[in-house]
Amino acid sequence: MMHSKRFAPWLLAAAFALVLAGCATPGEDEERVEDQDDELTEEEMAALDEEERRAAEARAARERGALEGEALEAALEDPDSPISERTVYFAFDSSDIRDDDMAILEAHGEFLSDHPNQQVTIEGHTDERGAREYNLALGERRAESVKRILVLSGASEDQLEVVSYGEENPVASGSDEEAYQQNRRAELVY
Amino acid sequence: MHPRLKALAAAALTLGFLPGLAKAELVVEITQGAEAALPIAVAEFGDDGDAPPEDIATIIRNNLLRSGQFDPLPQEEFIDNPTRSDDVRYENWRALGVDNLVVGETRRDGDNFQVRFELLDVFTGDRMLGRSFRVQPGSLRAVAHVISDSIHEELLDRPGAFNTMVAYVAINESGEEREFELIVADADGHDPQSILTSSEPLLSPAWAPDRERLAYVSFEGRRSEIFVQNIRTGERDNIASFRGLNSAPAWSPEGNTLAVTLSKDGQTDIYALDVETGSTTQITNHYSIDTEAAWSPDGESIYFTSDRAGNPNIFRADADGGNVERITYEGTYNASPDISPDGEQLAMVHRTDDGFRIAVQDLNRDRFRVVSEGPHDESPSFAPNGALLVYATRQDGVGVLGTASMYGEARHIMATEGRTLREPAWSPQ
Repeated sequence: MMHSKRFAPWLLAAAFALVLAGCATPGEDEERVEDQDDELTEEEMAALDEEERRAAEARAARERGALEGEALEAALEDPDSPISERTVYFAFDSSDIRDDDMAILEAHGEFLSDHPNQQVTIEGHTDERGAREYNLALGERRAESVKRILVLSGASEDQLEVVSYGEENPVASGSDEEAYQQNRRAELVY
Repeated sequence: MHPRLKALAAAALTLGFLPGLAKAELVVEITQGAEAALPIAVAEFGDDGDAPPEDIATIIRNNLLRSGQFDPLPQEEFIDNPTRSDDVRYENWRALGVDNLVVGETRRDGDNFQVRFELLDVFTGDRMLGRSFRVQPGSLRAVAHVISDSIHEELLDRPGAFNTMVAYVAINESGEEREFELIVADADGHDPQSILTSSEPLLSPAWAPDRERLAYVSFEGRRSEIFVQNIRTGERDNIASFRGLNSAPAWSPEGNTLAVTLSKDGQTDIYALDVETGSTTQITNHYSIDTEAAWSPDGESIYFTSDRAGNPNIFRADADGGNVERITYEGTYNASPDISPDGEQLAMVHRTDDGFRIAVQDLNRDRFRVVSEGPHDESPSFAPNGALLVYATRQDGVGVLGTASMYGEARHIMATEGRTLREPAWSPQ
């Protein structure tokens, strides 16, 4: 998704116009948008300006560097934040990203693109089964799979560090499929 | 009970030298009896009233039992207990069905002990071996291992590996806290010495051919790095901390090069790392995982795990990476290669329908057999005589070390109470 925040008021107005217009043709849309724009009240204009100003401020803050302290904490914990979900899971001996997890990683890529000084460590993990050293390499490959998606989604290589713990740091104890499934994972650590 | 035995037992109780009392860390337990093993009796060693702090006969008996190639007669079945060949009534031992008898005794000699033993042929009455040693009390276990080695060699024409060591990782867990310990112990599990403790994972100990140094992987820097440590001085060097993976060290037979797994150049490949200079030379070159190198004894090839064919399997390459060939085709998962000292047997972790077990493939005859019970077995490592291998397994959910015999079907468990053991590596001779 493109974030051309400079045109935000215009886009908002356009969306509003589209709702009012119903199934209008594109040509008619443009005119209606302009019409509608003209008809915005002073109050509405002020509200949009204020929103624009806030967005610009936030953007400037983000461009100054990484989120830190409370701001980062809030972004990590807010369930509506794009980076609140930070673990993706894998099938046995696989490092393929599941379709369901793709959106999570794309959100992180975009977040990292918006916060170019934000660093993140991608930790790769496996379940306990099989050879310990092979699992160390498998964990690395899982983390690299995640890294590839993050880069494709806008993150820069410089922001990303990959580390594999293999089967050494399980989150779930136990030797059943439920535990294994939770342990076959990659975690994004901000 | 024979009067002599009664006296011995009384002395043992008084002095507290019954095995397992002095050093209670380890329990040797038989999980499966030996088949076609040589019937032998090891009589209780006599003494001059000044009993030694180790029960030499029991150490020898346990060694022979664990090898899978001997079936030592339990003491309870003895009719008498001679300590010299002159006193042996051979008909008694023939009646008990043993082929050979070991007798011996100890004598206090100042600060030292004299240990004398004889190996006898029960049918001919011949004295096959007779030796004596003069050692400090701290070396009595080593003497028992040397005696075991000479019995093994005399009767089987193959050297024993009783006077060797095993390195492994022990984990102490309390709540969320984990402490990892790198341990070096005698090959029978006794006298475990901690040579490193860390709050972060330790794995893959690998013995240098000089038996003085261990390479291993440590996560103390919050990622995998390779260290080399002198086990006597404790001196240690971080020898590989490249970007990415630094793992799976394996010493070349000459001891100047480590095959290691690195991902510094983007792929997970095997490299030769010069231990002195730290320079690296790439051995394998493939976009899939290549790891867990093991050298052939002649140093001319490496065996390694790769999933280049889809699933993990064992491959072989020349030491410079040329002529890669696939070695394993059984099942869907074969990893962690270890090569027997004669270069003929390949041990690995093999996935079966019942979980992960240790399997051994005969490289010359393409014979493949599963030697452990699973379902969580890993890290096979051959003894330097190739007759046994040690591996990590579980008992009641706790990680323990198991041994499997390459001759017969004997399997044994080496356990340490209350903590997990794993990553065993058998030392060179």
